[in-house]
Amino acid sequence: MEVIIFYIFSALTLAAGLLILFSKNLIYGAFALFLAFLGVAALYVLAGADFLAVSQIMIYVGGILVLLIFGIMLTQQREKSDDSTRHNRIEVPIARKAWGFFAGAGLFGLLVKVIMSSDFKMAGEEMNTKSTIKTIGVELMTSHLLPFEIAAILLLVALIGAAYLALNRNPTA
Amino acid sequence: MTTIPVQYYLVVAAALFCIGLAISITKRHFIGMLLGIELMLNAVNINLVAFGRHDVERLSGQLFALFVIVVAAAEVTVALAIILRVYGRFKTVDPDKVNELKQ
Repeated sequence: MEVIIFYIFSALTLAAGLLILFSKNLIYGAFALFLAFLGVAALYVLAGADFLAVSQIMIYVGGILVLLIFGIMLTQQREKSDDSTRHNRIEVPIARKAWGFFAGAGLFGLLVKVIMSSDFKMAGEEMNTKSTIKTIGVELMTSHLLPFEIAAILLLVALIGAAYLALNRNPTA
Repeated sequence: MTTIPVQYYLVVAAALFCIGLAISITKRHFIGMLLGIELMLNAVNINLVAFGRHDVERLSGQLFALFVIVVAAAEVTVALAIILRVYGRFKTVDPDKVNELKQ
């Protein structure tokens, strides 16, 4: 039963990824990325990471994806035609398509070969169904306190830097 | 409760990573490349969570994935600001056409 749900959500995620790869219109790609993030969140739940799945939905879907769609719309090329399929088009040359296909397929073959030939011996016991929030909170405040604070400073720096860079983005001079 | 073997997660994550890599290579658009990078980061997170299942006391894998999400958020904000700046100056979002440091 669980394996069937795993298959469904992995198929959803991979299909959304392929839709981004093959869609000409970047807006469709951004909405397919929404599906991919939801599928990854479902995979987190199946792996027993409930807090991480909620964070994934809140940060990726609520924050990063909205930012990406803002970016797509703010950098839209002004098209004269009224054809609605012309907007946000990306023309991909055939040489680059071939390089992308070879790099992706080659790396995938290599990774699957390594995964199939490896034999993982798991040391700890399997996770049961209890919530992970308490453990994550205690670990963040005790043994991972320094990375936690550094992440806070990184977010502050990114906030100030992004606000500074995005100001005056159409210089008249 | 039947548990899913860790290899299943690894294969799905490998496929997602390779799709992200192909997107980053083929899209001739800065934001298209960012979409591919986000997919690759998600694939790495799936790997971390799949191995973190076997670390019940400390949950190192899930904590690492949490920090990856934080860094991805910071990366996207700064990258979008730079993309908007480049678009304001060069009037294009094609990485091939932005080949000069100064215009």
